[in-house]
Amino acid sequence: MVRVYRPYSNWFYLPTALIYGVLFLVPTFASLYFSLTRWSLFESKFIGLDNFKLFFQEPALVKGFVNTLIYAFVTSGSKVVLGLLLAVLLTSQIVARGYLRSVVFFPVLVSTIGVGLTFTVLMNPERGLINGALSVIGIDGPGWLTDPKWALLSVAAVDVWKGVGLATLIYIAGIVSIPREYVEAARVDGASSWETFRRIVLPLSRPATVTVIILSLIGGLRSFDLIWAMTRGGPGFTSDVIASVIYKQYQAGFYGLSTAGNVVLFVVVTAVILPLSWFLNRREVEM
Amino acid sequence: MSTAELVNHRSGRKLALSAVAIVASVVVFLVPFAFIVLTAVKDRQQSALLDFSWPHQFRFVQNFIEVVQARDYMLVIAFINSTILTVASVTGMVVLAAMAGFVLQRRKSRWNGFINFLVLAGLIIPPAVVPTIWVLQKFGLFRTMPGLILIEIAFGLSFCILLFRAFVSTIPRELDEAAIIDGAGPLRLFFGVIFPLLRSVVVTVVVVQSVAVFNDFVNPLYFLPGDKNATVQLTLYNFSSQYSTQYNLLFMNILLITIPPLIMFLFFNRQIVAGMTSGAVKG
Repeated sequence: MVRVYRPYSNWFYLPTALIYGVLFLVPTFASLYFSLTRWSLFESKFIGLDNFKLFFQEPALVKGFVNTLIYAFVTSGSKVVLGLLLAVLLTSQIVARGYLRSVVFFPVLVSTIGVGLTFTVLMNPERGLINGALSVIGIDGPGWLTDPKWALLSVAAVDVWKGVGLATLIYIAGIVSIPREYVEAARVDGASSWETFRRIVLPLSRPATVTVIILSLIGGLRSFDLIWAMTRGGPGFTSDVIASVIYKQYQAGFYGLSTAGNVVLFVVVTAVILPLSWFLNRREVEM
Repeated sequence: MSTAELVNHRSGRKLALSAVAIVASVVVFLVPFAFIVLTAVKDRQQSALLDFSWPHQFRFVQNFIEVVQARDYMLVIAFINSTILTVASVTGMVVLAAMAGFVLQRRKSRWNGFINFLVLAGLIIPPAVVPTIWVLQKFGLFRTMPGLILIEIAFGLSFCILLFRAFVSTIPRELDEAAIIDGAGPLRLFFGVIFPLLRSVVVTVVVVQSVAVFNDFVNPLYFLPGDKNATVQLTLYNFSSQYSTQYNLLFMNILLITIPPLIMFLFFNRQIVAGMTSGAVKG
């Protein structure tokens, strides 16, 4: 048999496969087993589903689970709406468009910890700039990060502040790729700005919407650094999310429980993202 | 209403809208950054007021020196560590992902579906923390810089492979064939012919991933704890708990950490935009 010369060697996969396999796939599969154990890194004792039972009984841990979903959907929804509005604004004939695009996008690149610490100071209930500004117009601002009712939503707001630039950028790319003829044809037919937006821009920027929703949900469900920098899950555990629970249990030495948290997060992310991306992409084909 | 009036009316509205947008952008986006800069140059007493005010005295140089010298030049060590981490892991990501993305695009085999699935899984699945530490410990890489570099590479590969695969599909196959006829082996074909053509997407990947790795907080927190190896993000975080009364130094630290991304943004704005919107049009 003649050996066929292959210019595209499978050896090119080898280093990637090694690193990815050993440091990502192996831990992911190992987590399925270790989540069922009491684990000290050196020895593990199989205890069945006890870790998961604890995860859904302990109020602090349940709160983290619920908060993760709230946080992800609030930030994702806000980024879709604000990102689309900003993108429409920033693709119109507006003065200082370049400046506005830059200034909306720049926070995306800044350190999350830096942003978190800055807003922690700005949101200080007595001396912070935000409540100072609100008191000028006669509003008594709440303790954004110290009031259990507000803490999670305040962090989510900062997340939107930092992340909306990326959503805007993706929407801008989507809107710019819409052929000009469509918009012009609609104008000739006498469509108002609103109708043009509703009938042309909105449906045709659908791929951008799908990207923004999926990206921001993945980020939102997994988010940790901003919450950790601003509240550390506090006050109490009212702004804990699964990712911060994982870290707290890890610090406390409950490695099995921490890993169970990882498995729960994994299941939540796939259970939200897979059906959603399937649904969103299917509708797109039908159109 | 005449046409001229209509046009005038329209442009008047546009101007008003622009003015509102600019004022809103200043209040929402610029004031926090101005706050960082102003607080960073204040003296200790004034910075503790946490208010948005003009500094009584500009102590830029003193604060800078003080924050750099704090805890035995911790910040300098952190900047060196972060630079090593960023350069090494981004280099690794680019070379490995370009090779994998190239073969993945060019070679049609029944494994492609499975490989694509693994790539997407890497984007979606949150890494399992403690099992990763367990694996690193088996190799003696836990709490070491090489370990963290490999971790950053492993977690960043998926995104890079997607970009490279998409870009390789725009390079005509005839080029490969010409090189093969000239006698180039797989390595020569890739590093001699294809890789130089990937320049624009390499720049994109380098810029986007170096900002991501430089700003990464979670992975150093888990996989490289301890003061000796602290990265800039960890140093900033530790600083905030240890120097909670010296807001001027804290904000000087934030300011210094914001400068590298700012430089990236000023020079590579276009590539960053290209990288971050690559999925938007095709979906």
